[in-house]
Parts: sequence; structure tokens; C-alpha cells
Amino acid sequence: MKTLYDKLWEEHHVTQLDSGESLLYIDRHYLHEVTSPQAFEGLSKKNLKPWRLEANIATPDHNVPTTRGNDFNSDQIKDEISKIQVVELDKNCNTFGIKQFDIKSTKQGIVHVIGPELGYTLPGMTIVCGDSHTSTHGALGCLAMGIGTSEVEHVLATQCLKVSKLKNMLVKFEGTPAENVSSKDIVLYFIGLIGTAGGTGYAIEFAGSYIENISIESRMTICNMAIEAGAKVGLVAPDKTTINYVREKSFLDNKTLEKAEAYWSTLKTDEEAIFDNEINIDVSKIKPQVTWGTSPEMVVNYDDEIPTPLNADKDKKKNIELARDYMGIQDESKLSDLVFDKVFIGSCTNSRIEDLRQAAEVVKGKTIADNIIEAIVVPGSGMVKEQAEMEGLDEVFKEAGFIWRDPGCSMCLGMNPDQLKPYERCASTSNRNFEGRQGYLGRTHLMSPLMAAYTAIKGTVGEPS
Amino acid sequence: MKSNSEGLVVDGIVSYIDRDNIDTDQIIPTEYLKSIKKFGYEDYLFDGWRYKDDGKLGVKKEDRDINSDFILNNKPYSESKILLSRDNFGCGSSREHAVWALRDFGIKAVIASSFGDIFYNNCFKNGVLAIKLEKNNIEKLFNLVKKEAVEFSIDLQQKIIFLNDKDKINFKVDDHLINRIIFGLDDVDISLKEKDKIMYFEKNRMISKPWIYANE
Repeated sequence: MKTLYDKLWEEHHVTQLDSGESLLYIDRHYLHEVTSPQAFEGLSKKNLKPWRLEANIATPDHNVPTTRGNDFNSDQIKDEISKIQVVELDKNCNTFGIKQFDIKSTKQGIVHVIGPELGYTLPGMTIVCGDSHTSTHGALGCLAMGIGTSEVEHVLATQCLKVSKLKNMLVKFEGTPAENVSSKDIVLYFIGLIGTAGGTGYAIEFAGSYIENISIESRMTICNMAIEAGAKVGLVAPDKTTINYVREKSFLDNKTLEKAEAYWSTLKTDEEAIFDNEINIDVSKIKPQVTWGTSPEMVVNYDDEIPTPLNADKDKKKNIELARDYMGIQDESKLSDLVFDKVFIGSCTNSRIEDLRQAAEVVKGKTIADNIIEAIVVPGSGMVKEQAEMEGLDEVFKEAGFIWRDPGCSMCLGMNPDQLKPYERCASTSNRNFEGRQGYLGRTHLMSPLMAAYTAIKGTVGEPS
Repeated sequence: MKSNSEGLVVDGIVSYIDRDNIDTDQIIPTEYLKSIKKFGYEDYLFDGWRYKDDGKLGVKKEDRDINSDFILNNKPYSESKILLSRDNFGCGSSREHAVWALRDFGIKAVIASSFGDIFYNNCFKNGVLAIKLEKNNIEKLFNLVKKEAVEFSIDLQQKIIFLNDKDKINFKVDDHLINRIIFGLDDVDISLKEKDKIMYFEKNRMISKPWIYANE
């Protein structure tokens, strides 16, 4: 009896090495400008070429400015160092012949957004990328994980990853959540429950009636943040929803698709398979979640008290103190007492069309609060941007006082011009609230697109409706 | 196989950061990921804690506002080869730059109660030894290093940390990982020895799963 992860592992297992590790064949390799230059350099030094060119798809996302407008090219990036990195990706893709959706392309975007939407991510694939949020692709039933730059070079050179098998964890989400609770709240709640090291060493399969009933976009949000629970791999078994999604996005012909679908329908955990760890969560009881500290596990219900060192366990005391101090939490007892400065709706966690629709609905006909200095919406890709504009969402946001941007990682991490200034407090739909993540001394509160939109309008967190 | 004799023992001053969940953004902030080089990250290690100002790639240590309270800025810790921390060290982003920064600073071993998966792997690919110890042992080490600056000696082959003349702690790590450091093995070279097997696998996969190989 096997789990879905076991099946994907066996399907891609090439051989076991003397070391005990295995070579796992990689179907798809995504590349971006930050973690690839040293890998290409290594490849050149060894006089090697990519093993299978067509497996690789590249796009610049981390460094790109999001105020590009039309006809912008890599040379126009103002930050000289960022420019070098983006130009280097252009060069490497040209030299080696790798397909790139470059900065000028209407299909450019965050690598984890464009992969699935352009039909390059297919169920049952092994997918890697030099980015920890590669777990996102597990939402389509892939064995997908983030890798380091040495491994990027290894995959380019050998089409394989040298790895040991992970343990299996099953997380079952059952029930129907409240209307103002989205998959972001569910995954934040889960991380709060098991902690940021709770999933270390595991591949997590997400299942249960809640997962069965949600869209691929919502599943991607959950798998995306598996890494914030410590798990390199998060995955959901392919079902009708998956197949409909793939059919809509795929460039494959019908005959090939039908053959593939017959195989994809076998990709599920056997009924009697045993997991090393199993967690059941009733989602009907979950409230909207907001992080208060500097680790994604520092999360509470939006209307809860912020933890204090006073009544904390001895080993948690110091972490709470340090986090409260960094986040500038003083006398405020509740999250709703905190006054926000900026709002960011975007990132590989929450920049897909569904996310933007949810946020737009909240802000429609309203205006952002006086204390909000800047509220930005950054669609995850050129395709998402186009779709949103077709639906008039850009106008809804702009009328409410938001700034509508071009696709990229933007304010999720401080690599491009979208950054917090010291001590600014941000309502963010991204995935990491680490110190300085959104800019030097910036303060990040992670939440759903719905809650971020609500915060933009009210200036503080509260009950979104 | 030729052994790298320098790789057999790590001797040196132990610095420590007493907190859980030190993520790779703390080890090296994103600003420095803009470099396209594999070396030269030593001045940016723990940048947010080590300095009192906002750094930029290329700005030298001498021109920064140094936080004299931070352990690595003080002697003898500025010469540390071993770093002690707690739970979930290196969680978060996959950036190998985090290991490059530790390595370039001179850290040859990190001891913690647990590590982020991707970081742990990245360590051994860059000659940095990551040692997992039980929490009670971590506590014991913290008690020791907080009293005064101490040196440990880590024997890679025996898998022992010598704390002083009389105390030692055994640790576990997979042989294939530690051998990578001892023998300086290159993964690409090892895997390419299996070239025929990879080609055979791929040929079969092209027939059984043609959609993987279809192009737009």
C-alpha cells in the first residue's frame, strides 16, 4: 500500500547510489535570475550542457521593478546590481538555448504562477526550482520541491536530483469554513498548529473534504506554504478539478491529454496506506488568521490577544520577547489595536486571479484609510494582469486608492524597489514575516487577500465581510 | 578516494546565537542575493544583526555602522569556526547564499537541535558541517559557551565533539553527507557515472509518458 508521494517517488526513481541516496528523474526545471547564475557558471566550468533543454523554463521575477509599463527591457532596470542579474539570465538563456519568458514578455511573471497557468506544470511530474516555494506546484499532484544552487547545477547537468526519501504526512482538512475564511487562513492556522519545523523531513499530502471542494488556485496557496511548516514538499492528489484546470491551460493535443488523464487518475494514495504522521483539522472552526511576530508560526485569530512573554512557556519566552520588540508591539493587546502603514496584495502565495477577485470585492466602492500610505496590488503574471484588467478589477483597485502594478515578486522580499521603510507596518498576502524580509526593519503581518483588502479600507485588521 | 586531511577535524572558537527559527533571511538578507558570484559573502553574514545600518551589496564592512553588541563583532568570536544555535536553524528560503556567507566568514560547523531541510542539504554541498543534537545536549553546550569563550574540536570521522579535555558528545550524520566534506566529492561527477542508467530511464519515459516531452 503506497501513498501518492511513494508512487511519484518510485515513478521517477532512476537508481540508488552507493551512498544510499537516489537519483530522481526531473521532468520540469524552473529557473529565475537569483539562484541560477552560479549554477550556469558551474556548468560552463565543467564544460557541460543542459541534459534536456526542453525541461527548463526561465523567467525573471525577484528583481524586476513592478512599474515597468510597456516596452521595458532588462537594460532599463535602475538598480545596477539587479540589472546585472536579470541581464545575466538573458545571457545564460541565450547561450544555452533555454526558453525564457523574459522581462518584455506578456507571459512573464512569478515563476510559480506562470508554470501552472502556461501548462508547463502537469500532474505526476517531478518539478524543481532554486526557490523554496516550488512546493506550490504540488497542488496539481506533482512532486515539487525547492533546491539550492548546487542542485540547480546538478539538475541542469544530469536531469536528476540526488536525494533521500522523505517521510509521509497526511493532513486532512474537513468541513466547510466560514465565508470570510480562505485557504490562506487555513494554511496559516495549520502552521500555527504544527510550527515552522513541524513538517521538517516530511512530504505533506493535503486531503479531506475541504481540499476536494476548493480550486487549484486555493490548493496552490496551501502547498506554497508547506515550506513554512518545514516541509519541502506539499501535494494534493489530482482529481476532476485538477484535470479541468489542466485542460483549460494545456497546449497538449486532445489525444495526448486523454492518455495522460488515464494515468493521472491513478495518482492517489492507496486506501490502506500508512502515513508516518496524520493530522485532522476541522476547518469550520477556523477564524481569519493574522501573524503578529517574525515567524509564520506566530499567528493568531484576528480578534485574539497578542501573545506576551508573561504567560508563555519558558522556552518560548525569549522568542516572543524578541518578536514583539522587533514588531514594535508595546501596549497593544490585540492585533486590531495595531495601525498599519502599507498594504501588499501579491506574491507566489496570493497573486492569482481568484485572490485579486476576492480582494476587489472588499474594496469595491470604498477608499483606503487615511493612515495607509501606500496600498499596492501586484498580479502574479502578465496573464493574471490581463485577465484582471479584462474583468475591470484594476479600475476597482485604482478607484479605491490602490496602485496597480506590473507582475513580479515585488514586496514579498526586499530585492526590488518595492520595499518597506524602517518601522513601517504592512498588511501582506505574502508568505514570510521574517525580520527585514520586506525591507530593512520593516514589520510584516501575513494574512489573506480578503483581510489585506479589509485592512487597506479600515486601516486596521478586523472582521472582513 | 583521496581524503582531504584538513577536513577531518574542525577546531575553533564557538560563537552562539540563542534563539529558535533563525531563517536564511537572517543569515543573509535578500539584498546580497543580487550577486552573481559564489564567493565573497563574509561581510554580509547576519547583516541585520551585525550592523546598525541598512547595507548594500559592495559596501565594505569598514564603512558600516557596526553593532558592537553582536557576538561575531567581538574577539575572539570574530574568529569563530563553530556556531551554536537552537531549533530549526536555516529555515525558510532555499538560498545557498546563506551557507556561502557562513563558509566565507570561516564557519565550518553549525550545531543546532534541528535545521531547515534545504539549508541542511546545502551545508554539506559547501563543506559546512551541520550537526543535529538533542535539546538537552544543546542546553548543556549553551551553559558551557555562555560562561566563557571556549573552543571545541570536532572529529568528522569519529563523529565526536570534544568540548574540553574530559567531555565529549557523539553525533549522528549520514556517512554520504560527511564523506562529501571529508573527500570533497562533487555530486555532478558522481551522478554522471550513472549516465547510461539516466539515458535508459529517459528513453522509456519518453515512450510511456510522452506528454512530459511535448513542446508548445
